[in-house]
Amino acid sequence: MKPTNTEDPEYFHKVIDCQYACPSHTPVPEYIRLISQGKYDEAFTINWISNVFPGILGRICDRPCEPACRRTRVEETPVAICRLKRVTSDFKSDNTDFMPKVPSEKNGKKIALIGGGPASLTVARDLLPLGYEIDLYDDQSKAGGFIRTQVPSFRLPEKVLNEEVDRILNMGVTTHFNHYVESLKTIADKGYDAIFVGTGAPRGRDLPALPGRVAGDASIFIGIEWLAAVLYRHVSSTPEKVLVLGGGNTAMDCCRMARRLGGEDVRVIVRSPRADMKASPWEIEDAEDEGIPIIDNHAPVDFVVEDGRLIGMHFQKMTAEYDANGRRKLLASKEAPVFIACDQVLLAVGQQNAFPFIKEDMPIQMNEHGLPVLDEKTYQSSVPHIFFGGDAAFGPKNVITAVAHGHQAAISIDLFCQGKDLHDRPGPTTNLVSQKMGMQDWIYDSHVSPDHRYAVPTADRVKSLKDRLVEVELGFSKKTGHQEALRCLNCDVQTVFDFSTCIECDACVDICPEFCINFVENGDEDDLRARLLAPADNRQQALYVSPVLPTGRVMVKDENVCLHCGLCAERCPTSSWEMVQFTYNSALAGQK
Amino acid sequence: MSFDRPNFRHPKLAKNSAGYSRTDYEGAISTLCAGCGHDSTTNAIIQACFELSIVPHRVAKMSGIGCSSKTPAYFLGKSHGFNAVHGRMPSVATGANMANRELLYIGISGDGDTASIGMGQFAHALRRNLNLNYICMNNGCYGLTKGQDSATADKGSVGKRGAPNMYASIDLCELAIELGASYVARGFSGDKQQLVPLIKGAIAHNGLAFIDVISPCVTFNNTSTSTKSYEYVREHIEATNTFDFVPLQQEILAQYSEGASQEVVMHDGSIIHLHKANSSEDVTDRLQAVNKLELEKKRGRLLTGLLYVNPDIQETHDIINSTLRPLNTLTEADLCPGNSALQRINESLR
Repeated sequence: MKPTNTEDPEYFHKVIDCQYACPSHTPVPEYIRLISQGKYDEAFTINWISNVFPGILGRICDRPCEPACRRTRVEETPVAICRLKRVTSDFKSDNTDFMPKVPSEKNGKKIALIGGGPASLTVARDLLPLGYEIDLYDDQSKAGGFIRTQVPSFRLPEKVLNEEVDRILNMGVTTHFNHYVESLKTIADKGYDAIFVGTGAPRGRDLPALPGRVAGDASIFIGIEWLAAVLYRHVSSTPEKVLVLGGGNTAMDCCRMARRLGGEDVRVIVRSPRADMKASPWEIEDAEDEGIPIIDNHAPVDFVVEDGRLIGMHFQKMTAEYDANGRRKLLASKEAPVFIACDQVLLAVGQQNAFPFIKEDMPIQMNEHGLPVLDEKTYQSSVPHIFFGGDAAFGPKNVITAVAHGHQAAISIDLFCQGKDLHDRPGPTTNLVSQKMGMQDWIYDSHVSPDHRYAVPTADRVKSLKDRLVEVELGFSKKTGHQEALRCLNCDVQTVFDFSTCIECDACVDICPEFCINFVENGDEDDLRARLLAPADNRQQALYVSPVLPTGRVMVKDENVCLHCGLCAERCPTSSWEMVQFTYNSALAGQK
Repeated sequence: MSFDRPNFRHPKLAKNSAGYSRTDYEGAISTLCAGCGHDSTTNAIIQACFELSIVPHRVAKMSGIGCSSKTPAYFLGKSHGFNAVHGRMPSVATGANMANRELLYIGISGDGDTASIGMGQFAHALRRNLNLNYICMNNGCYGLTKGQDSATADKGSVGKRGAPNMYASIDLCELAIELGASYVARGFSGDKQQLVPLIKGAIAHNGLAFIDVISPCVTFNNTSTSTKSYEYVREHIEATNTFDFVPLQQEILAQYSEGASQEVVMHDGSIIHLHKANSSEDVTDRLQAVNKLELEKKRGRLLTGLLYVNPDIQETHDIINSTLRPLNTLTEADLCPGNSALQRINESLR
């Protein structure tokens, strides 16, 4: 193998598993370390710059970072990254020094944002400090989009939502609330320099063809519309028996909300096997903890209506079969359909994009899925000054992805308004800082010990099930937050090897608790992986290969299970190993 | 500085045939200088014991005084151990071996402990062919007392102190062959590929197996002018042979070309396959072994590898014809057969 090019910013970035997995590339270990030092303001700022909504995401993020966490490779549970994000928001001071200055003199460019969700708000946050004027259009009375209408208050209190949304609006966004955009053309005609569409995936899927759907309509609701109706107090109670159809996070929100509004017997019915459910494992767990059974492998057959009243549904039992490629096929079993009684049905069987406001007068090219044709890097549509982001761009995903889209769209808009090449984008900013302190000590806490994930305390169940406004999770205390923060393995503190000073004494090989350092004859990757001291079969993780050493061998380190404990550097007599903190910050609009 | 190692180990580490993982052979974290050759040597011992599926609690580690003699704390943490008086490891090991011949004895010593204060003990353990794996971590200086030249420092070698050594050095391997050792090898802490099989061969050997491990003192004797530095050893090392150690229970898989290899069947049935540069060499020939050592020394080279082995020799217990049962298990009934037996003996002498 060729020597590893550690100059490539993506090499060490990839070692920081959580940050690499995050769509927004939030410097996770960095803020966790700041929490352990009690520096909540600094930790919050890092989050705010990268993911814009630390308080919100600290509660409802899909957490792609946690399954990636290095700790799962040596212990069962990852660091509670998401809940630590909430810690930064819960314990920060009122200091607002972190806010960028918005120039009073504008740059003369006007941008319209359609939809007031996380993607649009991110674009606004990134562009306002550069002197752009921002107009935001939303058909609701407040900004936040689906975070506001769809996420129940027992998961995300309105206070937290308002604080984070208002922080951006108060930077100087001109808002046009209760303003439904009938036609994109009317906005385009206003002469904006660029338009950003962040309208999400607003339509909940229905089951229109199912027998009984029309007759039972009075007791059948689309999940996301029903959740919004609860928020706006159009709905304040449910009957006793409620069925929720669907296996995603919306289904989990619906069933838990129904429990709070009077549903005594709430059940979730899923077509697929439980293992294939789209909902996050922790949300399924929370629903089950509230006494909601999840019945999998049941496909809806019909709604049963008697005397004009919905009395239940029939379901066909299904079995899942997987072909060689792992593709699933759901097959109906031969058993007769089962009847499950209910008074109300909530449909949470998926969301769809809808662009009723894009009419024939706007030449925006759409693809076969009904989504705009976009440049995958720049999010530019076929109309050069119109950009898309969030769920409106590539279909329903999650908040953190919408934020990442917002950052990229803001960069595109900024380049576009300056007449620059949209593909010549600013790169990440990186930095390497030695962690050396004295002879063999490190600034960071290098001590690694077995320590299981700390549980987040929750509100009293009886109380929280009575009131939909009571937040269930209470968040870590400062003390538990500190303990949980210490579970982080500091993957951003890199082991950097200087081959020119190595005397090949083997001290690092001998001390490494994971046996990931090797001095061997070089070979190609397959060959090397087979010859290392410990199995190196995780190809997602790189091998760090040095140039040839005096004995003709090379140093090969398998990054896979390195604990970043710093023992190699402590045992190195010539400081050929050094612990160096690598910071990687994704580019934001306006950066070179 | 860390005083413990993380407990996490690679989740896919292999277990040996006795059901132990390599971790079970580790000891406490080393407190020697970073980069000390002794740490590599202890890891070679750990690796050899792991690969041979030695049962940890059937091992006794014996040592004297010195940096090297500290190392039993850093390997085989679940084994027995005795940290003896300076240079007196061989006599304590002899006593222990007499009391319980069933344990595996690993004696750790250094060049000061062996070639200076313990020279007399060293000589007699060799002469008696005690069943002991005697590993001398040889760095040519007294590291624990700030690096004075030891008796194995080569004449003219200059350590960190800056003054050339005035005296002639003792070649422990040559001396061991001379004094009747039955397994003599030299290794280098920086070459585990060679050192691990050497240790495995020593463990299989029945009798005194002596391994002189050149183990650089990174703090006091790793200068470019020292003959025991990493750099010097790497440049002047000469392997007399390479070999595979095949334990008794294991199938022989490798193909060996005739003439250039020699097969030595050890006492326990294990086999050592030697690959030699010169087919006329015979590793069981004592005269050849000494000649070769002297020859390479004249050429300014440091000869390593298995230098001499006599698999047919008798160890101390065989020589003195002691009982096969460990002495510490003999009861009063075994040792004192009673008056009637005494009468019978007396009767036979009348």
